[in-house]
Amino acid sequence: MTAVAAAPAGRRGSRDLAGTGALLRLALRRDRLMIPLWVLLLGLTVAGLSGTLEALYDTAAERAELGRSMNANASMRALYGPVFGDSIGGLVAWRMAGFGAVLAAVMSLLIVIRHTREEEETGRQELLSAAMVGRRAPISAALLTAFLANAALALVIAAGLAKSGQPVAGSLALGLAIGGCGMFFAGVATIAAQLTESARLAKGLTGAVVGLAFVLRAAGDAATDDGSSPLTWISPVGWCQHVRAYAGERWWVLLLFAAGAAVAGGVGYALTARRDMGMSFLPARPGPARAPASLNGAFGLAWRLQRTTLLGWAAGFAVAGGVFGGIADGASDMVGDNEQTRRILERMGGTQALTDTFLATMVGMLGMVAAVYAAGAVLRLRGEETGERAEPVLAGAVGRLRWAASHLVIAFLGSVVVMAVGGVGLAVGYGSAVGDLDGRRFGAVVGAALAQIPAIWVLAGLATLLFGSLPKLATAAWGLVGASLALGWIGPALDLPQWAMDLSPFSHLPKLPGGEVTATPFLWLLLIAALSTAVGLVGLRRRDMG
Amino acid sequence: MTALAPAAAIHIADLHKSFGRTRALDGLDLAVAPGEVHGFLGPNGAGKSTTIRVLLGLLRADRGAVRLLGKDPWHDAVELHRRIAYVPGDVTLWRNLSGGEVIDLYGRLRGGLDGARRAQLLERFELDPTKKGRTYSKGNRQKVALVAAFASDVDLLILDEPTSGLDPLMEEVFQECVMEERDRGRTVLLSSHLLSEVEALCDRVSIIRKGRTVESGSLAELRHLTRTSVSAELAGPPNGLSRLPGVHDLDVQDRRVRLQVDTDKLDAVLRSLTESGVRSLTSTPPTLEELFLRHYQDDMAGTGAGGRPAAADANAAAEPSGAEGGVTSR
Repeated sequence: MTAVAAAPAGRRGSRDLAGTGALLRLALRRDRLMIPLWVLLLGLTVAGLSGTLEALYDTAAERAELGRSMNANASMRALYGPVFGDSIGGLVAWRMAGFGAVLAAVMSLLIVIRHTREEEETGRQELLSAAMVGRRAPISAALLTAFLANAALALVIAAGLAKSGQPVAGSLALGLAIGGCGMFFAGVATIAAQLTESARLAKGLTGAVVGLAFVLRAAGDAATDDGSSPLTWISPVGWCQHVRAYAGERWWVLLLFAAGAAVAGGVGYALTARRDMGMSFLPARPGPARAPASLNGAFGLAWRLQRTTLLGWAAGFAVAGGVFGGIADGASDMVGDNEQTRRILERMGGTQALTDTFLATMVGMLGMVAAVYAAGAVLRLRGEETGERAEPVLAGAVGRLRWAASHLVIAFLGSVVVMAVGGVGLAVGYGSAVGDLDGRRFGAVVGAALAQIPAIWVLAGLATLLFGSLPKLATAAWGLVGASLALGWIGPALDLPQWAMDLSPFSHLPKLPGGEVTATPFLWLLLIAALSTAVGLVGLRRRDMG
Repeated sequence: MTALAPAAAIHIADLHKSFGRTRALDGLDLAVAPGEVHGFLGPNGAGKSTTIRVLLGLLRADRGAVRLLGKDPWHDAVELHRRIAYVPGDVTLWRNLSGGEVIDLYGRLRGGLDGARRAQLLERFELDPTKKGRTYSKGNRQKVALVAAFASDVDLLILDEPTSGLDPLMEEVFQECVMEERDRGRTVLLSSHLLSEVEALCDRVSIIRKGRTVESGSLAELRHLTRTSVSAELAGPPNGLSRLPGVHDLDVQDRRVRLQVDTDKLDAVLRSLTESGVRSLTSTPPTLEELFLRHYQDDMAGTGAGGRPAAADANAAAEPSGAEGGVTSR
């Protein structure tokens, strides 16, 4: 494999960057909808929170009480991090620093991979690089695009919060922290783009790093109530909180983002000029000359295409479940030394109820994230279609329904697998933390995880509906998944009316373990999932392919 | 265009297909008899690939009759596809599947694969089946689909510009394979821009333009429709040449005559020339290139300049002085 034959190191300089300006304009032109949508939706959500919190907690005493009770609760700390300041701004930062950091990271990784590895994988880069385009121009243009997007995001957040009356310094700090976290992961994405020839895998790798950063921070914050855990200092998502916007800003933490992004981007820069176009540092190995018996038709093919993704998700859920399970017991540990928090907890139903609430929150979060897997698995169909790989398969003796079913089975059953693994991880993590894993408790936790499935299937069904009936809008399924995530994550803090919360399929599920179970919501969700899938398949049968 | 036998391998009549406001197919006809190699020609964007995708049941016809091996390609797609092998002009492979795996997969998705023939084809096409997806070059990706198609046990091969990216040696192997398929009684629909390929392989061809069939027939029949160039030096002044049907681009310089004539009207022209006494005569037979180029060019087909002999006849009868464009008689 000559994929990474060392390029002559001497020939560098400005020629490496030739064409960056043109590529930057091309990227901005291609992203003229995507970037403004991300920036405005995310930025205004963060900025808009201050008004909502002001209406909900209008006295300083109420806010102080909220801060105290939240800091006393390990589950809440794991979710949002500790409350550093109980002003309105401080609460916005508490609620949004982690959430905004993760979403800014996702936006940045999508931008960077889209303009680097995806261009190479599709062969478009070859045509561009045959023109006056330097070896490092694509990565530079991608990073500049990500920089502009994150700068705009920081500006929208800072200006929006300042305009709604929050201190300017804190607003700027929060905006810069979230944008800085985005830039850090833009840098990480440039490395991932060098490692693999697949844009999908590069996105997955970067996404896994984002997930790891979140889990590290969550574990660290669950263990300590003042953000002092080293785990939160390893995690860039943790840095975002350590900036302490509105609570005595620690501006120097922003330097961590700058340094981290520079190092990560620098590694990407170094690697990109040392490899061949279209190749990677993890080159493709030769495969078998004959197909194994398992590759025997539409189902065999779909399994072959999706199994790695499913394996990755299952592994991620096992780890996340284990970590969250391990900190679930933290709630009762923290109570002892503070009489006031003990009273709050008792009012909330005692330590067992509190552990259940935490586990239920974690299960709900795993469910919403699993919907991302399910939608992605369904939309593989659209990817195969637009990538012109479905055409030769459908020119074989494979009906459309069979072809679609082969991927849908993996999407629907795969989400069961992912949730089951996550549930087992949660139960085992919890059991090993409390040193006692009885069968009833284990069953309750795994059952709670599996109870999320009807809601996941609704989103998978809606994705199928879009793919079958409105194929050009199939990617809108991501919007539905994102909206459910946003409703579940920040909806409660915004005190949205119930009908708005009910738009998310997850809000219809009982809070398990611990809650009351009735069959009705499950049946409704399953019915909606089945109907939308069926309508999508009927649409698919009638429409043109390609 | 002959009457369609009910057993035609492919029968398309008056096929229409629009994408929004774009009219891709506008009354297309196509008839392919069982066991023939049928050339499917036309300029870029004429609607060849759209037609093929209708035949594969990937697109639904707006209007018109489409029968494939006696069945409906939309409703009986799966059943039909067991008997069909398809090679697109731009083969895309899965990144993480080897070429050999893709060949086997396609075989399993069709009627099955002849293992011995698969091995033999891999050797003839010099294809390494252990490489994966994108590590193949354009030509090698085509070979993957070609080996899968030729090794499959099917009745009909639909090949859409299948040799794009193949080197001349491989092009030769491809032609041998198509001839073997024909000898085994299989039907081939071959869309191609390579005239040499069409000339070497096709029993009959159909030429389409702007979603319509403009010409269809055997190569001999089509040659007949083309023009022969004649230049002659005469003993006396030419007489009445411009009034003859089928004469184009007549250029008379004193006793030198140069003209083009529809090949089936050549006889009358020669007669007229010999009446004036022929000193020397050069006659260039028609080439297929001329025929194709004439159909590919946009502006000429609309004027009916020799494309359809019937129209030329009618013109000549109505206006004997030769109203056809380009007559430069003194």
